[in-house]
Amino acid sequence: MDNFFLLMEGFATAMQPMYLLFALGGVLVGTAVGVLPGIGPAMTVALLMPITYSLEPTAAIIVFAGIYYGGMYGGSTTSILLNTPGESSSIVTALEGNKMAKAGRGAAALATAAVGSFVAGTIATVLLSFLAPFVAAFAVQIGPVEYVALMVVAFLTVGALLGSSVLRGLASLGLGLFIALVGFDALTAQQRYTFGSPFLADGIDVVLVAVALFAVGEALYVASRLRHGPIKVIPVTGGWTSWLRKDDLRRSWKPWLRGTFIGFPVGTIPAGGADVATFLSYASERKLAKGENKKQFGKGAIEGVAGPEAANNAAAAGVLVPLLTLGIPTTATAAMMLVAFQRYQIPVGPQLFESNSALVWALIASLYVGNLMLLVLNLPLVGIWVKILQIPRPYLYAGILVFAVLGAFSVNFTPIDVIILLVVGILGFFMRRFGYPIAPMVVGLILGPIFESQLRRSLAISQGDPVALIQSPVAATIYVVLIVIFALSLLLKRRQRQFEAMVAANADAADVVRGSEAGTAGAGADASTTAPSVTAPGSPTSSAPSSPATSAAPSSPTSPGSDRKDTGR
Amino acid sequence: MSTIVVGYVPNALGEAAVAEAVEEARRRDAELVVINTTRADRLVNPAYADSEDVSKLEGILSAAGVPYSIRHSISEATAAEEVVDTAAELAADLIVIGLRHRTPVGKLIMGSTAQTILLSAPCNVLAVKLS
Repeated sequence: MDNFFLLMEGFATAMQPMYLLFALGGVLVGTAVGVLPGIGPAMTVALLMPITYSLEPTAAIIVFAGIYYGGMYGGSTTSILLNTPGESSSIVTALEGNKMAKAGRGAAALATAAVGSFVAGTIATVLLSFLAPFVAAFAVQIGPVEYVALMVVAFLTVGALLGSSVLRGLASLGLGLFIALVGFDALTAQQRYTFGSPFLADGIDVVLVAVALFAVGEALYVASRLRHGPIKVIPVTGGWTSWLRKDDLRRSWKPWLRGTFIGFPVGTIPAGGADVATFLSYASERKLAKGENKKQFGKGAIEGVAGPEAANNAAAAGVLVPLLTLGIPTTATAAMMLVAFQRYQIPVGPQLFESNSALVWALIASLYVGNLMLLVLNLPLVGIWVKILQIPRPYLYAGILVFAVLGAFSVNFTPIDVIILLVVGILGFFMRRFGYPIAPMVVGLILGPIFESQLRRSLAISQGDPVALIQSPVAATIYVVLIVIFALSLLLKRRQRQFEAMVAANADAADVVRGSEAGTAGAGADASTTAPSVTAPGSPTSSAPSSPATSAAPSSPTSPGSDRKDTGR
Repeated sequence: MSTIVVGYVPNALGEAAVAEAVEEARRRDAELVVINTTRADRLVNPAYADSEDVSKLEGILSAAGVPYSIRHSISEATAAEEVVDTAAELAADLIVIGLRHRTPVGKLIMGSTAQTILLSAPCNVLAVKLS
């Protein structure tokens, strides 16, 4: 009951007009970046971090939460209307949603996505409100040894699972950990890897690296492969009444609920975030559909939009459980929110719920509010979101670069930071180019110092005996759970890959028809190269609609996307 | 034979411009060159005709019975430059474009294709208004 009152207090904070405005701004920006392929919530939060210095913590965190949720809503719009997922967790939505839009049911697809996101987001936030305090109560009891175990879990899962290749993920993680070492050693005050330069003595700021990787690297990457030929937006026809018919609602509500209960748990365990949840939901909807509805799969089944869209929003709330209770980010956006907490000197980790309960509950309450805002805003404003896509990309990325450099300069007001930004940005470009996920590097950089101090503390307690690290029952349990999660995640990954191959094969068949019908297949193929990365094997650089051998068909946005997880969220 | 260059966009205004250009072509006994290009620097460009629009345009033009060619491509140049350059290259008699109202802010940010064509054209320009 205690928690309920705390939540109500959170509402009292979040409902203040000022905070409502911040939430509104957050969800608007979030939806906009969700709509734009190549710009995700993680990049946005990174870019806004220096600008929000002057805000008080609650306002900043509310803005970031709004961006996080808004991105989830926005991604579905482009998936459905353009077959170009604005966001990695909306890739599955494009499968059925775009087919629906082609059949003139775009409005229904958008509506089921939005209402499903709302339903799932709200239920998942309720689950978060009740689950998080319990996890937090458990978390405060853990000591340095257990904390080290948790960090290992976070490192390995984020490193190995966020991305297409385990080795690349771990390499990226290692790079992050290395950059985290630069600067003064916290215990002995020795300088490490500073080359005697006073500029590096304080270490390299996390925000700097995040902005460089997410914004500069991405901008360079997009510039290096400017795509040719715009895509046609499928116009949304019909008024309010055609949005969700009775029949659609009847077919949608079960997938919404199923999506929620698939998405939330997947979000809470570090298994790669919302993407896995969407694919699981889609696969189960496909399996559960009966009769006529089953035949519609691949041709625009509303269940295939309702389920995954619910799942990705539920997973978004699920991700906040380990973030708020243990201080462990499992996605790129969560990592950036963790940085935001650190900026405000808020200790993330087990103590968060105890020491900053007002802030945490205001954040949770703002999730409820943000969800409602998104539902109300999203559908009527579809026209505006589509207009955003008409912004010429050079303008867009020039703006992002200016913002990035301004932000980098404002961290410490030294030009050397801008140089570091550009160097790391170029590194980010090459990482992106060669398929190294970015999220593990950022997570390594954020958690590295905490990990180091906890590890050294545990070893100091045990007088240098490493066995102590696995002797505590809780730590041992965590390691066992880690192994289980790993096995489970690898299994999931394999299933996802099989599923993608299957979908790609289906899409191939569909594409032969599509290619001849409109001749837009070429543009579609190009479109999927900007949003997802090119480095996935068999990625569509040229349109080859009739060859089932290519694992990634032009109209199937699924398979290149497996590589994009790192930037999307 | 003289030439008339038409800037086409796939909407009512573009069609009005084409209809007017057809009239002019008949009167002057000229050949029509219809231009539609994009710089492909944005994800969605409603001013760029897709293949459906192009076939519709071809239908209109062949039904009109005037000699015509369509230049439909992706180019580095802006639409305005493309129209003006083509007119210069073909030593066209006339350029036909559609004219619509723009907000000052819109012009400031995106520039005005019509204005650029009007000011830098090597020949007369017929600006068609949507009635």
